[in-house]
Amino acid sequence: MVTAALLGPAVLAAIDGAVERSDGGVLAAGAWLIVLVPFVAALAITLFGKRLPRHGAELAVAAVGFVALYGTALLLTTLFGDGIVHEGAVKIGEFGGFEIEWAWVVDGLSIMMFFVVGVVSTACFVYAVGYLEGDVRPTAFFASFTLFAGAMLMLVSAANLIQLLIGWELVGVSSYLLIGHYWEQKENSSAGMKAFLVNKIADIGLMIGIIIAGITVGSFTISKIMEKVVESDAALDDVAVIIAVLLFIGAMGKSAQFPFHVWLPDAMAGPTPVSALMHAATMVTAGVYLVARMFPLFEEMAHEALDVALVIGAITLVIAGLLAIVQDDIKRVLAYSTLSQLGYMVAALGAGAYTAGLFHLFTHAFFKSLLFLGAGSVIHAVHSNNMSDMGGLRKDMPRTFWTFMIGSAALAGLPIFSGFFSKDEILAAFREGDHTIVFLLGVATAFITALYMTRAISLTFFGRYKGDGHPHESPSIMVYPMIGLAGAAATAGFINIPGLTDWFYKLVTTRLVPAELLGEHATSFDWTALGLGVLAGVAGIALGYRLYYPDAATQQERDRLYIPGLWPVLENKYYIDDLYMNGIVNPIKGPVARFINWTNSYIIDFVVNVVGFATRSLGWVVYSGIDQRGIDLAINEAGAATGFAGSKLRYIQTGKVQQYAAALFGGAIVLVIGFWISVT
Amino acid sequence: MTIAQFLVLSAALFSIGIYGVLVRRNAVLVLLSVELMLAAVNINFVAFGRYFADATAGGQMFALFIITVAAAEVGIGLAIVLLIFRNRASANIDELDVLKW
Repeated sequence: MVTAALLGPAVLAAIDGAVERSDGGVLAAGAWLIVLVPFVAALAITLFGKRLPRHGAELAVAAVGFVALYGTALLLTTLFGDGIVHEGAVKIGEFGGFEIEWAWVVDGLSIMMFFVVGVVSTACFVYAVGYLEGDVRPTAFFASFTLFAGAMLMLVSAANLIQLLIGWELVGVSSYLLIGHYWEQKENSSAGMKAFLVNKIADIGLMIGIIIAGITVGSFTISKIMEKVVESDAALDDVAVIIAVLLFIGAMGKSAQFPFHVWLPDAMAGPTPVSALMHAATMVTAGVYLVARMFPLFEEMAHEALDVALVIGAITLVIAGLLAIVQDDIKRVLAYSTLSQLGYMVAALGAGAYTAGLFHLFTHAFFKSLLFLGAGSVIHAVHSNNMSDMGGLRKDMPRTFWTFMIGSAALAGLPIFSGFFSKDEILAAFREGDHTIVFLLGVATAFITALYMTRAISLTFFGRYKGDGHPHESPSIMVYPMIGLAGAAATAGFINIPGLTDWFYKLVTTRLVPAELLGEHATSFDWTALGLGVLAGVAGIALGYRLYYPDAATQQERDRLYIPGLWPVLENKYYIDDLYMNGIVNPIKGPVARFINWTNSYIIDFVVNVVGFATRSLGWVVYSGIDQRGIDLAINEAGAATGFAGSKLRYIQTGKVQQYAAALFGGAIVLVIGFWISVT
Repeated sequence: MTIAQFLVLSAALFSIGIYGVLVRRNAVLVLLSVELMLAAVNINFVAFGRYFADATAGGQMFALFIITVAAAEVGIGLAIVLLIFRNRASANIDELDVLKW
């Protein structure tokens, strides 16, 4: 049933040249378990979760823990071996000329994603066990949460675009469920719907792109499409730009790139572990993953699409970074920060820096999930999302404080923390590609990033406590995942130091396509980019320190950065939400709604009424004429006749045995006489 | 002896049996009349068996069967009559009309 590999070894060798690859053996052949286990767990939680002592959380943690272990095992095997490249498939059916199969690809890129999704999910799930203590619907939460992780694993393991689309949409559905977890409040369910609809609009691009790609190549299998790219197939070349741009539109939706970024800050309505997972490993990385997965297509045939990605990424990284400065909700600060960092990743891919973009995805997953968990821990303690209710938590929550500091240092790109290496690599890539403006924007955003994180830390952990009650450190089950992620956030950068280590580069270029198509690994630091990046970060921290540093009196005036003109624009999110509401949603909503209402009342209702009246009349005729007077009469008369006959005939039954016997013998005599007559 | 003589005897016994069954009020006598009818049938079987010179002696076999069945029947019948008598202090068939409408 399970075919070993879609591509034979011969084709594999032809594509990959001289490089020897391992097929991964049992470990890779069983990688379907990574996808299946979370789905089975989600189903089991839905069915039996309520009866379990922890409402299904134990199943959820076990499922993602299994994924984390499996991902780690695959990661170690591929790093210390030849590098696994494997495609397995189970055929489900045939549909016209297209075969439908559940296929999984196990190569460096997907292993990296398995590892990140598994590890970050495990941290977030364990944390969620503590965070959702006493929640209204823990079972529903853990079922959707596990489905969310499973959908992302389905997406990253997909060997064909149809399956990728299925995972993609499942991620959208489960994110909708999770963002609207506290649906009793209208704004939460609206946020879920907004996320779903914005994603859905972008998904149309993805869907059309996939259809065009599949029809042009004759197969939805990604490796087949990559084969055509390597062969410089003319038919594919003609439509490659369209495909790439459409795929990128889909990626813009999931990865929340301008102008589809509006859903992500609102998605903060969900419980904090959801935000942590969504912003780090699962949902928003899907777009970056898609571009990385299809990167050879972009690089070889659709360079225009990469330019689009570069511009979109650059716009997103700046505008989102600026927005993060003015937010009061700590989760929104982090949400805009995520947007900004995703802008870095997309712009890096756009500049052709495949490894740098993915490396930032990798490090960002750890430090951003850490920051969200830290924010959740603070929110858990002070029962408010607003930084104006926080302050001075340094002493009350030391462990949260220190892990948050590590995450912020990594985000601000301070040396030796993981963000430093990945951000530097991206900045270096901008410079190498002569994208001077984007490079300067990147440096400026590094400054902004450091500024808003200093602001967030100052307002949250320093100064005077402004909220009610007495905050306390979160329980161990929430703190330990943060400590683990802090370790990863501090050290994850060491696996890809230019000139020293190239493990990450080797990992993500272990694919069916030749490594040359995936860019090169920098062999030395770009000291200019590095210096400017660090300088910008330090300057941002210095300015933040100067502006927001914690004397109790001035903290109330934290908007001391007030810049007339710019500030209102930022506080209103560039009026983009208003533009969408007033420019698109309402104009369409009003006339379209009126027109539809008119059509509904005067045309559809008329038809429906006529049909209804006709049906009713016919029914009346059938009822009173045929049913009541015809069928019912016959049945009633038959019944009455039987009853009448019975009422008369019952007197025959006297109960006297001798009368019966006399009738019996009389009958016998009659029969004998009859017989005798008939014989003679 | 001709077959007709046996048949006449048998018919006479059967008729007496029918008369007893239909007319008698005492349940025990009704049962006895039933036995008379069975005896008439037995005579018929044996007489025809002899008349047709049946090599397998089927008539006599059936007569034996009927005697056996009759013994069982009268045993059950008398047991029922006994129980009815115990319950109602009467074996009068006219009073046993609970099977009516």
